Amino acid sequence: MVTSANLAWRPTASLSVMQLRAQLMARIRHYFAEQQVLEVETPILQQAGNTDPMIDNLQCSYGAHGVLEQGYYLQTSPEYAMKRLLAAGSGPIYQVCKVFRDGESGRRHSPEFTLLEWYRPGFDLYALMDEVEELVSRLMALDDGAVRITYTDLFQHFIGVDPIQDEVTLLRNHALKFGITVSEQSDERDFWLDLLLSHIIEPELKTLGRLVFVYDYPATQAALAQINADGLAERFELYLDGVELANGYYELADGDEQRRRFVNDNNRRRSLGKSQVPIDESLLMALNAGLPGSAGVALGLDRLLMCLSKTTSLEEVLTFPIGCRT
Amino acid sequence: MAIYSTSDFRNGLKVMIDGSPCAMVDVDFVKPGKGQAFCRVKYRNLLTGRVNEKTWKSGESIEGADVMDTDMEYLYTDGEHWHFMNPETYEQIEADASALGDTAKWIKGQEKCVVTLWNDNPIAVEPPNFVELAVIETDPGVRGDTSGGGGKPATLEGGAVVRVPLFIDVGELLKVDARTGEYVSRVKQ
Repeated sequence: MVTSANLAWRPTASLSVMQLRAQLMARIRHYFAEQQVLEVETPILQQAGNTDPMIDNLQCSYGAHGVLEQGYYLQTSPEYAMKRLLAAGSGPIYQVCKVFRDGESGRRHSPEFTLLEWYRPGFDLYALMDEVEELVSRLMALDDGAVRITYTDLFQHFIGVDPIQDEVTLLRNHALKFGITVSEQSDERDFWLDLLLSHIIEPELKTLGRLVFVYDYPATQAALAQINADGLAERFELYLDGVELANGYYELADGDEQRRRFVNDNNRRRSLGKSQVPIDESLLMALNAGLPGSAGVALGLDRLLMCLSKTTSLEEVLTFPIGCRT
Repeated sequence: MAIYSTSDFRNGLKVMIDGSPCAMVDVDFVKPGKGQAFCRVKYRNLLTGRVNEKTWKSGESIEGADVMDTDMEYLYTDGEHWHFMNPETYEQIEADASALGDTAKWIKGQEKCVVTLWNDNPIAVEPPNFVELAVIETDPGVRGDTSGGGGKPATLEGGAVVRVPLFIDVGELLKVDARTGEYVSRVKQ
């Protein structure tokens, strides 16, 4: 008898989606070969983790039977290692790799997923947006040009608030007005911005059918991006059908500023009751040695495949998803 | 009682939300870019049946609800309470009208129902999928008409009104789908 239990060994992705993934990989590699961007590999196991307070590292250990047992973090992105390659004079590079984030599981999140990440020395943020648009439009066979909108204009348009100037209480009131009930009454601006973005704006973007670049982020959401003269982060996010596909920066190259951000991250982690994460000293040394002015972007390939195959959950594009709730 | 973290949230998980026992019916994890992760949940309040939505910050915890579905046999009503028996332990419980809701009109005795207990008190009663009830009021039957087209309303013992074929008469026993309130067939007596 066929029951759901004895079919549990089978892949959740269909054969046609698996074929689509293989084609996608081939076309991506073809594109970067054409552009003379070098494909690289860096280790998945890292001695330093990601300090970002909103990202949780998975950990493992090597040599568990010996006295020299070494703890490792599974990379949350290959960013630190790839910047070390840039500082060492690699020129433009890309990588397709698996990355890991603890606790991220849902229709559009998997604790293990595939990133396409690439770096362009000599590009500014706008030149990189152009290239992302060209590549993704080609892969997705999109004819309409992308919409580009600043983070502030996005919130003005869909919510009617200024995300940077308006009072936090106003942001909270707008969340209530849109019928969102939330367990916590935080007084942090980014909490309410993230809530409005994920609950109201992203669903609205679903209907556009075009690529949307959001750029000029608040400085508090800079992560590893430079802050420009207007006090805004040189960061963009790419959306398609309400799905966030890519996150790009004009890369912070100042080692001292980078150290301050890592330390701030760890302080913030402490206040959230999260563990401290060792700072990547090798990255800081590389920045101090000199990172060429570069723009870089990470693009979620599983989500891209989801859009390409017109499916609605990552389960349908992953062969054997882990950590799924259903 | 168990405490559940957002990473434990699943469809069907029964938890206490704003003082009421609730069952999660849709759970999604949302997280903008590098920002705050949220768990966005649609849940059914098991006392009122209403579905609402609420968002938790990822990592928060909430209390589980001691809610259990139990198969029980309906015995009788005294007008105020409906009495059920656990067929294995012979333990009896009584449920009030708010726990019964619409179910009251579908059961007349001896049906196997699913009784939802919260802290051992009945808060909801599901009738069997199919019930057998007699017609107490309908227009006179039209002999020979078995086309089933059109139909007419019939009131059943218990008070439910269902659409039945024209040939059905008062006193006949009908099989009805209690989930949809649709006529299925006549029952030979």
